[in-house]
Amino acid sequence: MTANEVTPDPLRSTASIGTSLLRRDGVEKVTGDATYAVEHPVTGPAGEPPLHAWLVTSTVARGRVAAVDATAALAHPGVVSVLDHTSAPRLADTSDAELAILQADAIAFRGQIVAVVLAETSESAREGAALVHVEQEAEPHASIFEEDSPTYAPEQVNGGSETDTLDGEPDEALARALVTVDATYTTPHEHNNPMEPHAATALWDGEQLTLHDSTQGPRPVRGTLAPMLGLEEEQVRVLAPYVGGGFGSKGLPHAPEMAVALAAMTVPGQPVRLAVTRQQMFALTGYRPPTRSHVRLGAHPDGRLEALRDDAVTQSSRVKEFAEQAAVPARVMYAAPHRATTHRVAELDVPVPSWMRAPGEMPGMYAQEVAVDELALHAGLDPVELRVRNEPDVDPDTGNPWGNRRLVECLRRGAERFGWADRPTEARATVDGEWWVGTGVAASTYPMLWMPGNVARIRSLDGGRYAVAIAATDIGTGARTVLTQIAADALGCPPEAIDLDMADSDLPFGSVAGGSSGTTSWGTAIVAAAQQFRADHGEHPDPGVETTAASGQYADMDGHALHSFGAVFCEARVHRYTGEVRVPRLLGVYSVGRVVNPRTARSQLLGGLVMGLSAALHEEGWRDPRTGHVVTQDLATYHVAAHADVQQLEAGWLDDVDELSTPMGSRGIGEIGIVGTAAAVANATYHATGVRVRDLPLTADRFLE
Amino acid sequence: MKELTYHRADDAASAVALVAADPDARFLGGGTNLVDHLKLGVTSPTTLVDVSRLPLDEVSELPDGGLRIGTNVRNSDLAAHRAVRRGWPVVARALLAGASGQIRNQATTGGNLLQRTRCVYFQDVTTPCNKREPGTGCSAIGGYGRYNAVLGASEACVTTHPSDLAVALAAVDATVVVLGPDGERRVPMSDFHRLPGDRPEQDTTLAHGELVTAVELPASAAARRSTYRKARDRASYAFALVSVAAGLELDDDGRVSDVRIAWGGVAHKPWRAEVAEAELRGRFVSEEAVRAAAEAELAAAVTDEQTAYKVPMVRNLTALTLTGLAEGATR
Ligand SMILES: Cc1cc2nc3c(=O)[nH]c(=O)nc-3n(C[C@H](O)[C@H](O)[C@H](O)COP(=O)(O)OP(=O)(O)OC[C@H]3O[C@@H](n4cnc5c(N)ncnc54)[C@H](O)[C@@H]3O)c2cc1C
Ligand code: SF4
Repeated sequence: MTANEVTPDPLRSTASIGTSLLRRDGVEKVTGDATYAVEHPVTGPAGEPPLHAWLVTSTVARGRVAAVDATAALAHPGVVSVLDHTSAPRLADTSDAELAILQADAIAFRGQIVAVVLAETSESAREGAALVHVEQEAEPHASIFEEDSPTYAPEQVNGGSETDTLDGEPDEALARALVTVDATYTTPHEHNNPMEPHAATALWDGEQLTLHDSTQGPRPVRGTLAPMLGLEEEQVRVLAPYVGGGFGSKGLPHAPEMAVALAAMTVPGQPVRLAVTRQQMFALTGYRPPTRSHVRLGAHPDGRLEALRDDAVTQSSRVKEFAEQAAVPARVMYAAPHRATTHRVAELDVPVPSWMRAPGEMPGMYAQEVAVDELALHAGLDPVELRVRNEPDVDPDTGNPWGNRRLVECLRRGAERFGWADRPTEARATVDGEWWVGTGVAASTYPMLWMPGNVARIRSLDGGRYAVAIAATDIGTGARTVLTQIAADALGCPPEAIDLDMADSDLPFGSVAGGSSGTTSWGTAIVAAAQQFRADHGEHPDPGVETTAASGQYADMDGHALHSFGAVFCEARVHRYTGEVRVPRLLGVYSVGRVVNPRTARSQLLGGLVMGLSAALHEEGWRDPRTGHVVTQDLATYHVAAHADVQQLEAGWLDDVDELSTPMGSRGIGEIGIVGTAAAVANATYHATGVRVRDLPLTADRFLE
Repeated sequence: MKELTYHRADDAASAVALVAADPDARFLGGGTNLVDHLKLGVTSPTTLVDVSRLPLDEVSELPDGGLRIGTNVRNSDLAAHRAVRRGWPVVARALLAGASGQIRNQATTGGNLLQRTRCVYFQDVTTPCNKREPGTGCSAIGGYGRYNAVLGASEACVTTHPSDLAVALAAVDATVVVLGPDGERRVPMSDFHRLPGDRPEQDTTLAHGELVTAVELPASAAARRSTYRKARDRASYAFALVSVAAGLELDDDGRVSDVRIAWGGVAHKPWRAEVAEAELRGRFVSEEAVRAAAEAELAAAVTDEQTAYKVPMVRNLTALTLTGLAEGATR
């Protein structure tokens, strides 16, 4: 059924929007009643208990599988079967090489799925996997991202942006400029590590595949897997009522989802469970590829930029291209008549990189905002003032007027709240006992993204209640709560009167919970459907009547440049004897449109700040050049910020309404908190010590004297 | 599934008899390290003998002013113990610098000393490792090296010992009390852990089946004026990049009459910096003097690109720690 497309009007009343409504699923989650992907009590039609799947992965970085000997595994009690590339069901479409697993003998990276063991218990599946003997023929491989790795220009970069841009004559302008920065900044492998690993329970009944999945997008999973499996979309149902975090890694389906689907199709009527191990996540579920950004800035003595170049190189996989759009934010941040941005990728024998919170913006703004700090130093200007002087009147990229660019207010408000004015101009000016003390600032930005195609259904129930349905997901962000608020205001009823049904691909289309586009896109569809519902059925509808509407494009993306902005302020302490870095204070002030729920919004922004701090100080996957795998493959060796690393943390926002972006007046907030944060920390460590570290993370050894 | 027999030991002697008789048996303490290794496949014993419930969980004062710590005293209880905090602050601080509150609640004294290396290759059974599988080679050479040793390493193994407690015990000249099939013996901390040599599979001088029953701390002025400092990659819940356990006694002129320096994160065992101690004895404590003494000790250091930082880091941290002790600051 295709629903009529409706473009909503702005919401007239915001009675629930703006209140800190408690999380709708909070009690289930804290009491353990929420069932995650492998906890669903799924049984087959005759009560068959689930089988357990375990992945067997390659231990060479490139080569082929010569033979899979499953004899010992099959002899182990409880092991039911072992699938490999000779025995797994054939896919109808293998063009997506990341997902087309067990179809051929080629090994393209270390950690690739080469067999799947099915067994009666997870213990026997695991032991069976250890007993599978995979004979591999190794070939020479290149898995380390190096300065001289061969690169190429992708056709476009992640998000669909242009690979290169050029305005004016940046090289000539740079050569002429009186104040310049010419430096290279790098970010390492970073790995999304949601608390709940990638996991699923699948049941194939011969006609229908049901997948309880841990995903950011039930519909996208269905839309991707169904054609590959040779099924109609309606034959696949994906449910994800509770998801223990994703950070982008569950935004696109990855190989484990295909593995569990294929395995289930070999045992009709019997559910199959798969939970990826923490170690396997470092190869199979995406990661942020290392980036190297060569930034050149040329300015007048008063700090105004004349030219800007950002040449970003990043790592991709031979299996499938992923081009982190690290130079894209440089296109919108500052005014400069001469500008160029480029992207190149090095294709290596490594796992497929993918989305990790704020792909592009996170590493790109790290590079750029440290470069701007260096420019302020060279120009003898306060870093806040330098940014203010380079505020563009219109979007430098498109020439469009800004929808709602309030970066300067974020900087000023943040500076005041942080006490920025008291800061010594000179670096290495403050000592407190064993510590050098410094402060730093960085700007952040994230585009307003709206996904087309969302559809919502509203049905009236008895007693003035409404059922609202859309295949959206709540990956822990609070989407279930804010969509309830949006529906309540759109229908003019209290949030308690809303029964929200979501996270099921059988419901009307919902786009991915990614790109900070969820609330924007689903919310716009819910408002459209609610307004149409009132038009169809009036203020006092009979129980049972319903309206389904597809969301038209509300956001004025063609007429205006729609972006969020923010400013992050940081105090860093660097130990004079060991170089250890601690961050006693971190403050972010954002302009993100209207805040739908202050409680869940604050938690998103704080979470982004913590993740940015974590990237600044700790996160680094170390890939072994000999084997091609990340050896820091657990949370004891891949460090993320611990509680003690996070001290005084504050997130605030401007009082804002953005009627150009959504009928709610809001924009997305899931990612902007991580953007710029690492640069603010790096700039503060420079101010503390006078030592400029351009390569993340900012570990102690970099500051050691 | 691997079959595993679990015994809960009734007394220390029968636990020792069970393990000594079976090369595939292991003692189980708090399990915070061993159970991880069972899951990772690092070790595959057929029998576990749980010693964590044996009544060896007392801290008692010895007639000579020392302290006897039963092996089953949990790390958190030991760190909080008043006598320890008063007489051996380095021990309490080292414990609190390690792991997390939950792990310390579970971890035992003996288990802590016998925890195994955190080398990433040791923990990954798909990579060669001489410590895990003798003769297969050392993946850490030419691999990930941030936590590797700079002193006393061998061609067979370049890893470090992860325990913070062990470093503190080395500084205060603790004695480990061990029960074996032939009875009890007492092992000075300096002889307890070993350098890798050509037998990296052997972390300690214990024979299979020997049970740690207690640790004894002798009283001293240097132990009373002692502290522990640890540099790490995050503010908590991280193993040491380097650490310093130190104790100091000054004579009436303010010269060093006794000094103890042990380093963590630099070697396969807690590294007692005897050269540096000798340099400092009889001298005034100053940053320069301590740096010079530490450098004398570190003359033997062998580093590479990934470990080069450890030399200045441990030197600086030693200077800070001893000057702090000399000034009477305890932290
Ligand atoms: C994430 C993480 C972070 C950590 N961080 C730190 C840190 O920063 N600093 C630090 O020092 N430690 C750290 N630890 C390690 C922790 O201190 C040890 O795991 C713990 O002390 C081990 O004690 P246990 O009683 O649980 O030992 P178990 O796991 O029970 O045993 C460990 C070993 O000792 C043997 N054993 C146990 N008891 C005896 C005995 N009485 N006699 C002879 N052999 C015995 C066992 O057979 C086994 O081989 C960390 C651990 C984890 C998981
Ligand atoms: S350093 Fe030691 S523990 Fe690490 S791989 Fe080499 S032999 Fe194994």
